[in-house]
Amino acid sequence: MQAALAEAYRAHWARLLALLTKQFGDLDLAEEALQEAFAAASRAWGQGPPENTAGWLMTAARRKGLDTLRRRAARERRHRQAWLDAEPRDEDDAMLPDERLGLIFMCCHPALSREAQVALTLRAVAGLLTETIARLFLVPVPTMAARLTRAKDKIRAARIPFREPEGEELVERIAGALAVIYLIFTEGYAPREEDAVVRQDLCEHAIRLGRAMVDVAPRSREARALLALMMLQHARRAARADASGMVLRLADQDRKLWARDEIAEGLAMLEAIEGEGFCGPYHLQAAIAAEHARADRPADWRVVAGLYALLEAVQPSPFARLNRAVAVMEGFGAARGLELLADVEAQLAGHGPMHLARGEMLLRIGERQAGKLAIERALELSGKAGERRYLAQRLREIG
Amino acid sequence: MKYLLLLVGEESVWVNASEEERRQMYAMHEKLGVELARKNAFVAGEELAHSSSATTVRNEGGKSLISDGPYAEVTEHLGGFYLIEAANLDEALGYAKMLPGTVEVRPVVEHQG
Repeated sequence: MQAALAEAYRAHWARLLALLTKQFGDLDLAEEALQEAFAAASRAWGQGPPENTAGWLMTAARRKGLDTLRRRAARERRHRQAWLDAEPRDEDDAMLPDERLGLIFMCCHPALSREAQVALTLRAVAGLLTETIARLFLVPVPTMAARLTRAKDKIRAARIPFREPEGEELVERIAGALAVIYLIFTEGYAPREEDAVVRQDLCEHAIRLGRAMVDVAPRSREARALLALMMLQHARRAARADASGMVLRLADQDRKLWARDEIAEGLAMLEAIEGEGFCGPYHLQAAIAAEHARADRPADWRVVAGLYALLEAVQPSPFARLNRAVAVMEGFGAARGLELLADVEAQLAGHGPMHLARGEMLLRIGERQAGKLAIERALELSGKAGERRYLAQRLREIG
Repeated sequence: MKYLLLLVGEESVWVNASEEERRQMYAMHEKLGVELARKNAFVAGEELAHSSSATTVRNEGGKSLISDGPYAEVTEHLGGFYLIEAANLDEALGYAKMLPGTVEVRPVVEHQG
């Protein structure tokens, strides 16, 4: 029974919450009603779950929500007759429409802070508990609870709508939602703090959200590209550090540890959009990840350098330039890499990986002393144990 | 539901604007005015005189302290406002996007009864 309930939660939470939010016009009320419906299910499904699990939950949640509205209406003497008279009918699973995109857009609305967008998306769309989200982001539970409450208060007070925009606004809002999902992934793939090299749970939540996004926005190529990108990067998780937790460079990773089936799925997804001649930032990053993930041969760094050049053109940033410079070093030589790095050296002066890249380039052109200094600077700036271990070893190699 | 669109910014931008720039800014306001009228969404709206003309009254402990200038020492000032009617925040933001410069969008509290 517990398994059936967990399965129903995983499969239906976001869809039901979306429908309820749309109908009640109130995310908080919808969430509370749905939670109560799941609690009721845990009591009622003792003899085994009903045939229509989603329909059962939807019906129960609507009753709970209506009860709450009735209580409020009686208290506030504000009558919403149309609603209050309607007794919910029994819902049929097959008849429930998928309104998750509206819910995603509500949670990722640009009028909310990025922090709030991330927390709300994990709560409402991924269905995580407040305690879990707090743990994932290393903040106390009351802090996360307050963040969610503030966000929901703003949605109500400013009347952030449950809607799916059209045209240019739709493109913008999809990009916003994808940015939230990728932010969650990045937080897992390259945690800012903590000693973990990768935080698998965060990556997996992001990938699940990415799948949901592809489901509800099937025509968005960037949505599919982002999912492919996350899958390709995540497939290398087991190989990214050695047994002692030391970070490993791509070239040193044991390819046998890569999840081949996930890579195959990511590559297939990417191939499906490749013919469409589209080059968004996620598409380019996925193409780079694909080049690194090939089983038959090491990456062609000249191809990678070209892709990074395009990425920098589409989305200019010092970090894009840094990545490009590293690829150019591998593909065209360290001298050209150094030239590209020169423009952003000052901007990235506090960023360890820049000093590491610069150090490697200097070593390759024979500037041993300057190279060593740069890598020492990278070590000073790094706060992560796995990274520090790698840098210390590299310095010993240089001697 | 009502929203207040607060037009905030450096007053020097307006003071130093050329004739042509001012004409362009006014044209944007005019366009918004037409759109609001078409949607029956205009409640009120005014351009305010320069903040140097402001007077602040502080009522505290039964006394009123009157002083010259706006309520806070800031470089950005309120230059005008629109009070509009919109179904939701997206609609209100749609109007705000038609204006020049920075616009703060604030929902108005609706009291029951």
